[in-house]
Amino acid sequence: MSEETQMASTDHTAHRGGAWGWITSTDHKKIGILYGVSAIMFFLIGGVEALLIRTQLALPNGDVLSADAYNQMFTMHATTMVFLVVMPAAAAFTNYFLPLLLGARDVAFPRLNALSYWIFFFGGLFLTISFFVGGAPDGGWFGYAPLSTQVSEVVRMDYWALGLLILGLASVLSAINFITTVFTMRAPGMTLMRMPVFAWMAFVVAFLLLFSLPIITVGLFQVFLDRNLGTLFFSAAGGGDPVLWQHLFWLFGHPEVYVLILPAMGIVSEVLPVFSGKPLFGRSFVIFSGIAIGFMGFGVWAHHMFTSGLGPVAEAAFALTTMFIGVPTGVKIFNWLGTLWGGSIRFKTPMLFSLGFIAMFVIGGLSGVTHSIVPADTQQHDTYYVVAHFHYVLFGGAIFGLFAGVYYWWPKITGRLLHEGWGKLHFWTMLIGFNLTFAPMHVLGLAGMPRRTYRYPEGLGFEFWNFVATVGSYLIAVSILVFLWNWWRSRHHGEVAGNDPWNGRTLEWTIPSPPPHYNFATVPTVHSEDSFWHDKYREDEAGNAVPVAAAPTTTAAEEDIHMPSPSYYPALTGFGMFIALMGFVYLPVGLVAVAAGLMVTMWGLFGWAMEPLTREPHE
Amino acid sequence: MSAVTHTDPAEHGAHPPLPHVRKVAMWAFLGSECLFFGTLISTFLLYRNRTGDGPTAAEIFDIPFTSISSFILLMSSLTMVLAHYASERKDWRRMRVWLLATALLGMTFLAGQVFEFTEFVHEGLTVTTSPFGSAFFVMTSFHGAHVAVGVILLLATAFMSFGGKLRADGGMNVELVALYWHFVDIVWIVIFTVVYLLQV
Ligand code: HEM
Ligand SMILES: [Cu+2]
Repeated sequence: MSEETQMASTDHTAHRGGAWGWITSTDHKKIGILYGVSAIMFFLIGGVEALLIRTQLALPNGDVLSADAYNQMFTMHATTMVFLVVMPAAAAFTNYFLPLLLGARDVAFPRLNALSYWIFFFGGLFLTISFFVGGAPDGGWFGYAPLSTQVSEVVRMDYWALGLLILGLASVLSAINFITTVFTMRAPGMTLMRMPVFAWMAFVVAFLLLFSLPIITVGLFQVFLDRNLGTLFFSAAGGGDPVLWQHLFWLFGHPEVYVLILPAMGIVSEVLPVFSGKPLFGRSFVIFSGIAIGFMGFGVWAHHMFTSGLGPVAEAAFALTTMFIGVPTGVKIFNWLGTLWGGSIRFKTPMLFSLGFIAMFVIGGLSGVTHSIVPADTQQHDTYYVVAHFHYVLFGGAIFGLFAGVYYWWPKITGRLLHEGWGKLHFWTMLIGFNLTFAPMHVLGLAGMPRRTYRYPEGLGFEFWNFVATVGSYLIAVSILVFLWNWWRSRHHGEVAGNDPWNGRTLEWTIPSPPPHYNFATVPTVHSEDSFWHDKYREDEAGNAVPVAAAPTTTAAEEDIHMPSPSYYPALTGFGMFIALMGFVYLPVGLVAVAAGLMVTMWGLFGWAMEPLTREPHE
Repeated sequence: MSAVTHTDPAEHGAHPPLPHVRKVAMWAFLGSECLFFGTLISTFLLYRNRTGDGPTAAEIFDIPFTSISSFILLMSSLTMVLAHYASERKDWRRMRVWLLATALLGMTFLAGQVFEFTEFVHEGLTVTTSPFGSAFFVMTSFHGAHVAVGVILLLATAFMSFGGKLRADGGMNVELVALYWHFVDIVWIVIFTVVYLLQV
């Protein structure tokens, strides 16, 4: 069907290839790819940092990193993984697939979308550059005051505060964009409740970002001003209160945890039905529990602060809310299991990663519940038990879920499948390496090994499990190499995918792979959830799916397709901000750079405002 | 704000009438801003009595003066409504007059703030005097910056209407600026009530 519709209309928008084409692109698909490639780059950087940490800890009294270098490593590892890997990887999928899932031609504000990407890109560059000029941030990714305002001499934590500020700006802009897209760009018939689950989770995430980032933004400003202007927000000596920082950070930080995990949950909710040959069990429960998580995410932040001395009443309240927030997550897990139940399961790579996600996430969730018990938490706090917990959630959860998405949607994006054999090898080495690395950390933590210390003495019984963990981390590195090889080889040798290689259920599979610039030649009309599936199959009396004789063709009346034209102003604006940020770090000398950077930013914004939106459709 | 680009749903013949894209985006943005100012105000409330050796709120706030400048800002919401009303009736001349009046009131408010700040510094309150000083100046400066952005938007809208750029889609632009302006105004009312009036 799509061959026909594709021929029926031509792409009117000027296309440009090459680097310039990528820099000026306002196409949500290209921007999605940019996000994805950047996330993988940063994943390699964050991975090398992790390997350095693990190498240092492989043997007692390790001598690979100095204490100072170690502090930079774990701060940057965590910052990179959270803000430069998982968030942009989720943004990559949201950018690429949200419009496709909604049956739309683009997001609501294509150039704003490009700006979000470029701000993110330059923000990541800004953070990473710190290694080479003056030293990387070393006060922890949570930047607890007074660590963030004092410990690191000179400029290191300025990089951190400003870097997170600008990354936050990028996320708020894309959150506004996605919310608007969902509200206004859905195809006819696509009611909110018919929206695919991934689109729903992206929608909830957008709201979480919209409401949690301003809080941390204020906090980061306060840190920056404390450091550079001498304000007294977090200076205990000057009458300020360091615990305020903890509140602001975790009011953002806890919702952030769901920002990291909900997209992976959305992906898994798309993958499981396709590879079980069944609709998602309890679909509306999955959606509503996602919404519930969104709301409750704001009510539990202080469980990160049980050891800060909040007082028994507050602690009891937060312990209770924390136990409750496990409920909607549990609901989701039962829905996924219900989807598998009695399905005809195909164990393709995306499915394996999804199953891996469920298993690892359940382990992480269970060790998380033990944190909500205040006395237990005081024991586990700041030991490797916590490191084990959040890696089961963030790596076993988020990263496995994202890889499920990579293997699932790769054929749509590139037109070629990734190789199943290499994919499975990737999965199993990663799963085994992951468990070898992080399962021992539970033991280490309960044995009392503190986190964030750069070496441990002999004879405390930490040697064996630390060595195992380090071996595991190298196995993870091997698995990533397998993935990179699979990616490389699929460029020319990957099996050609066709429109619908998995027998999918959602709208993106109705169009060619890779999709044309304008996505849908004719905007589709949606009649039900799993609409594409119902176009292909109907149920007979026994409830079995029977193929519909001929796939229905949408009559392709040629539509005038207006697509936004390319623009270099978003990239220019982002670049201006980058120059200004570099200047801010090196005040007062940097004032020149601040001025120059702001001028470039204004130039970008002004050019943008004056530029026409689309070229004439018919040349 | 100058960054508003749009794909009008009306352009896709197939789309049902949906809420206008840019208005949805503005509401989302303002929702985010609520949390931003909420955090600033909470910080201030936490620190309002932590004055150290520096002056206290009661010593330096000049309520009659701030009441007048608050009244001026409040009036600017009225002129904004009139500008919006005029734009809906496509009365471009009136619209420009009211837009400029709004901008003028906004600038008067800003001038008042500058005056107030210099007074406070004279009386010994700076950002580094006490947590109270830090919280007060940072919060009110962020609000002032928002007013300044609003003034720029108002002026830009007024001047663009000369070039005819507004005509096609004019009501919408003015409506967006109005939403933003009213929001900034409301935030000030909250700050004035909670910060100034409850202090003394
Ligand atoms: C490649 C596999 C990974 C390995 C081997 C690894 C290893 C480590 C280690 C050993 C630490 C503890 C640092 C210390 O306490 O001194 C750590 C901290 C951390 N990691 Fe990972 N990690 C990996 C992947 C990830 C991923 C994918 C994420 C998140 C998405 C992540 C997020 C964090 C966070 C938030 C911290 C906390 C740092 C702190 O204590 O401040 N890690 N990682
Ligand atoms: Cu939490």
